[in-house]
Amino acid sequence: MAHVLEVYDLEKNFGGVVAAHNINVTVDEGETIGIIGANGAGKTTFVNMVTGYLPPSGGRIEFLGKSVVGLHPRDVTKRGLCRSFQVPQVFLSESIFDNMLVAYGIAERSGLGLFTPIHTDERAARVDAHLKRYQIEDYRDVAASALPQGVRKLLDIAMATVRNPKLIMLDEPTSGISVEEKFGLMDIIMEALRQEDTTVMFIEHDMEIVERFVDRVWAFYQGEIICDAPTAEAMVDEKVREFVIGQEYHPAHLEGGAHA
Amino acid sequence: MDFELLLVILVDGLVYSSYLFLVAVGLTVIFGVQKVLNVTHGAFYSFGAYLTAYLIGLWINDAEGGAFELLAFSLAVILIGSVFLGIVLGVLIERGLLKFLYTRDEHIVVLATFAGFLVLEDVILLIWGTDPYLAFRPLELMGSSEITGLIFDNYTFTMIGLSFLVAFVLWYGLNRTQFGKVLLAVIFDREVSMAMGINVTKIFLITFMIGTFLGALGGAYHAPIISVQPGIGVEVIVLAFAVVVIGGMGSIPGALIGAIVVGLSRAAAVHLYPELELFVIYAIMALVLIFRPEGLFAPIQARKI
Amino acid sequence: MTRLFDKTFWGLTIGLVALFALNFLLEEWMRSIGLQSLSRGCVAIGLLVLWRTGLVSFGHALFFGFGAYTVAMLQIIGVNDIILLLIGGCATAGLLALVLGFLLRQYRAIFFALLNMAFSMILYGVLAKVEALGSTDGIGINQVSFFGFVPSDDSYRPTLFIFAVIFAYIAAVGSHWYLKSTLGLMTMAVRENEIRVEYLGYSAEKAIHIKYVLSGVLAGMGGVIMALTIGHVDPDSMVYWTVSGDFVFITILAGTGNVGATFIGALVYELLRTYAFEFAPEIWQLILGGSLLLIIMFLPDGLWSIRSEWRNRRALAAAKSGDAPAGE
Repeated sequence: MAHVLEVYDLEKNFGGVVAAHNINVTVDEGETIGIIGANGAGKTTFVNMVTGYLPPSGGRIEFLGKSVVGLHPRDVTKRGLCRSFQVPQVFLSESIFDNMLVAYGIAERSGLGLFTPIHTDERAARVDAHLKRYQIEDYRDVAASALPQGVRKLLDIAMATVRNPKLIMLDEPTSGISVEEKFGLMDIIMEALRQEDTTVMFIEHDMEIVERFVDRVWAFYQGEIICDAPTAEAMVDEKVREFVIGQEYHPAHLEGGAHA
Repeated sequence: MDFELLLVILVDGLVYSSYLFLVAVGLTVIFGVQKVLNVTHGAFYSFGAYLTAYLIGLWINDAEGGAFELLAFSLAVILIGSVFLGIVLGVLIERGLLKFLYTRDEHIVVLATFAGFLVLEDVILLIWGTDPYLAFRPLELMGSSEITGLIFDNYTFTMIGLSFLVAFVLWYGLNRTQFGKVLLAVIFDREVSMAMGINVTKIFLITFMIGTFLGALGGAYHAPIISVQPGIGVEVIVLAFAVVVIGGMGSIPGALIGAIVVGLSRAAAVHLYPELELFVIYAIMALVLIFRPEGLFAPIQARKI
Repeated sequence: MTRLFDKTFWGLTIGLVALFALNFLLEEWMRSIGLQSLSRGCVAIGLLVLWRTGLVSFGHALFFGFGAYTVAMLQIIGVNDIILLLIGGCATAGLLALVLGFLLRQYRAIFFALLNMAFSMILYGVLAKVEALGSTDGIGINQVSFFGFVPSDDSYRPTLFIFAVIFAYIAAVGSHWYLKSTLGLMTMAVRENEIRVEYLGYSAEKAIHIKYVLSGVLAGMGGVIMALTIGHVDPDSMVYWTVSGDFVFITILAGTGNVGATFIGALVYELLRTYAFEFAPEIWQLILGGSLLLIIMFLPDGLWSIRSEWRNRRALAAAKSGDAPAGE
C-alpha cells in the first residue's frame, strides 16, 4: 500500500523548549492512527506542523510523495490534507447550513468563480447530504453558537471534509463530550469518513476509544514518539504504560474485549 | 545646517512636544487601563481651555496686583478647574456611558466616545457661545526671552517643566505606590484581578477621572497661549491619537517619546520644509504602524493562550 | 437566497424608478439632500462590506477625497464628461486602495482603523498645502457634460440627479450581488474565524484585500458624486477625519443587514443634519451625537439582529423537539 504521509527527522523548538524531536513516521492508505500522550507531549504541535500552521525547525514532511513543508495551511488543505480542531473552528453566528455552504463555496470555486452566487440548489443539496452523513441535519438552521458541543464538533469535522480529503487529522474529536456520548459520536465520524474513503489520524485521551477505533498507535512523550505499534501491542508496551496511559489501565482485549 | 537654526528647531520642538504630551498622556492612561480609545478626550481638553480662559478673563486679565500673586492665582484656577472637570466629566462619561460598553467591540466603543465628543462640543457652545476667549494675562506676566533672535514666551517653557512633572508623578504613582501596583495588575489581566478581589469598577472610575483631569489640564494650561474657540478639541484629539499610536497605546513613557518625536519632526518641518508641516506627523504615525504596530514603547501584554 | 432577483433587488429597483419620478417634483434643496445621501450612501456600502468582515475604517475619507479631487484634477486637464470623471475617480481611488491594501490587509481591529485614519490625514496634510489645488480653500468644480450632452442651466441639476441615482443603483445592486457570492459570504467567514477560512483553502488576507479595493472604489464614487453636487472640493469637507467619522455614523445608523438600508440611513443622516442645523444650529452636533448614542445603546446591530436572533431560537426549538443524535 502506498504511503499517504511520510515524516522524517521532524524537529521543533520553541525557544529552548523541545516540542518535537526525531519524529519518523509513515501513514498508509486506509489506516487509522491514534495519537496518544499527555498534555504538552507535542501532539497538537505535530498536527500544526504537518498542516502548515507551524514551520518545523527541521526535517521533512511528505504528503502523497510531495513535500508540504513551507506551504500555508490553505495550500496543504487544497492538496487533500485536512484537519479538525480541539476547539471547533466554525462560524459561530451563522447556521450550520451557512457554515457548510461557505465551506463548499470556498472549496469548489476559485478566481472569478468566487464572484458567482454561493447558493445554488445543487450545492444546497450536497450540503444537506453532507449534514445527513454526519447526522446533524436536524440542526440545519441553528446558529453554531447555540449548538450542543457534540454537534459543533461534528460540524467542525464536516467542514474539514468538504474537499473530500485523502487524509484527515482530528484533534481530540471527543474532548468536552460526556462519556456516554463519546462512542456514539465516534461511530458517526468514523462511518462518515469510511464512506468518504478518507484515511484518519486522531488525537485521543480515552484509551477505550483508541482500542475500539484505531489500528496503530503513536505515543508521544516530551516531543518524541516513544512507541509506534499496532494498538494491542502499544497498550501493553512498558514505556507507554509508564509515561502515557498508566499502569492501572487494563486493555480491553486482555479481558476478552473486541477490536472493532 | 547652522547652529542657530538647530537651536531654534530644538527649542520650538520641545515646546510643541510638551504641548502634545500634556494632551496625549490622559488618552494613553485611559487606553492603558480601560482599553478604550477615548475620543471625548478632545472635549475634555476644550472644557479645560474654556473654563480656564473664562475664569482668567473674569478674574485676572484686568486685575490689579503683583505679578507673583496673579500668577499663583492663575495656576490655582488652572489646577482647581481641571480637578473639578476631572471629577464631573470623568464620572459623567465613565458612569453614564462607558460602563455600558465594556463588553462591546472596541470600535463600537470608539464610536460611542465620538458621539459623546459631538455632544460635549455642543454643550461647550451652549455654555460659552461661539466667541473666542483670551486668557493672555499669565503669558504677559511671565515675559519673554530671546534665543538666537527669536522671541519665546517664558510661559511656554514652563510647559516643558509641567510635562516632566506630570510624567514623573504618573511614573511614581504607577511604580511606587500601592494604587499603582493594583493598577498594573488590572492592566495586566482584568479577569484575574477581579478574581483576586480587586474592585475593577472602582479602579476604572478613578483612572478615568485621572485621565479626564489630565485632558482638562492640557487644555487649561494651554488656554493662555491659544485663542480659545470652537473646534480646538477636534484638532487636538487627532494629534493626540498620532502621539499615542507612535509611542505605543497605553504606555506613559511611550507618550513622552511619541510627543518628542512628533514635536521635533514638526518643528524641523516648519523651519525647513513648511509645506510638510501637517503631513509629517501622520507620515510618522503611518510608518510606526507599519513597522511597529504596537508602537515604539509597547506596554506589557498578558499572554492568553 | 438562490435568486439574484430577490426582494432587495426589486426594492432597489423600485427605489430607482421612484427617484426618477420624484425628480420632477423635488425642489432644489431636497434634490441636494438626495444627491448628498446618494454620495454618502455609496461610501457607506463600502464600509458595510468591511464592517461585515469585522473591520472598521476611520479613514475612508481618504478614498472619498481622492475621488473628489480626481474630478478637480481631470477638469484641470480638460476632461469634463461625467462618465469619464466617474471612471477616473473610481479608478484612482481603487488603485490607491489596491496599493495600500497590501499593507492594510495584515491589520485588524483598532490598528486597521487607525492606520486608515493616518493615511487619510496624510492626504489631508498634502492637499492643505498644494497651491495648485487651492490648498485649504479648495477648488471649484465646473458643470459637466453627460455622455456629451450639455443640459441647459435649468435642467442641469435634475440631470445630475438622474445620473447619480443610476450610479448609486449600479453600486448598490452590484454590492448586493457581491455579498451573495462566495467571496461576499467570505466577509462573514473572515470576521468569524480566519483560521477556518485558511483551513478551507483560501487566504483571509486576500479576501480582505479584495473587499478593501471594493470599498475604495465605492468611496471614490461617492467622492465624485459629492464633488459634482457641491461644485467645490476642499480638504476640510472632503478628507478630514470627521468626514470619515460621518461615514461610520451612517453605517451604524443603517445597520449592516442590507445594502438598501444604507441609503435610507444616509438619507436619515442627511435630514437629521440639515434639520438640526436649520432649527437648532447651536445643538446640531448634540442631536447628531445623541442619536448615534441611542442607536449604539439600543439597536447595536440595527434591526437585522433582532430578526436573526428570533429565527435562531425558532430553529433551535424545532431541532430539540426532533430526534437529536448527539445533543446534550
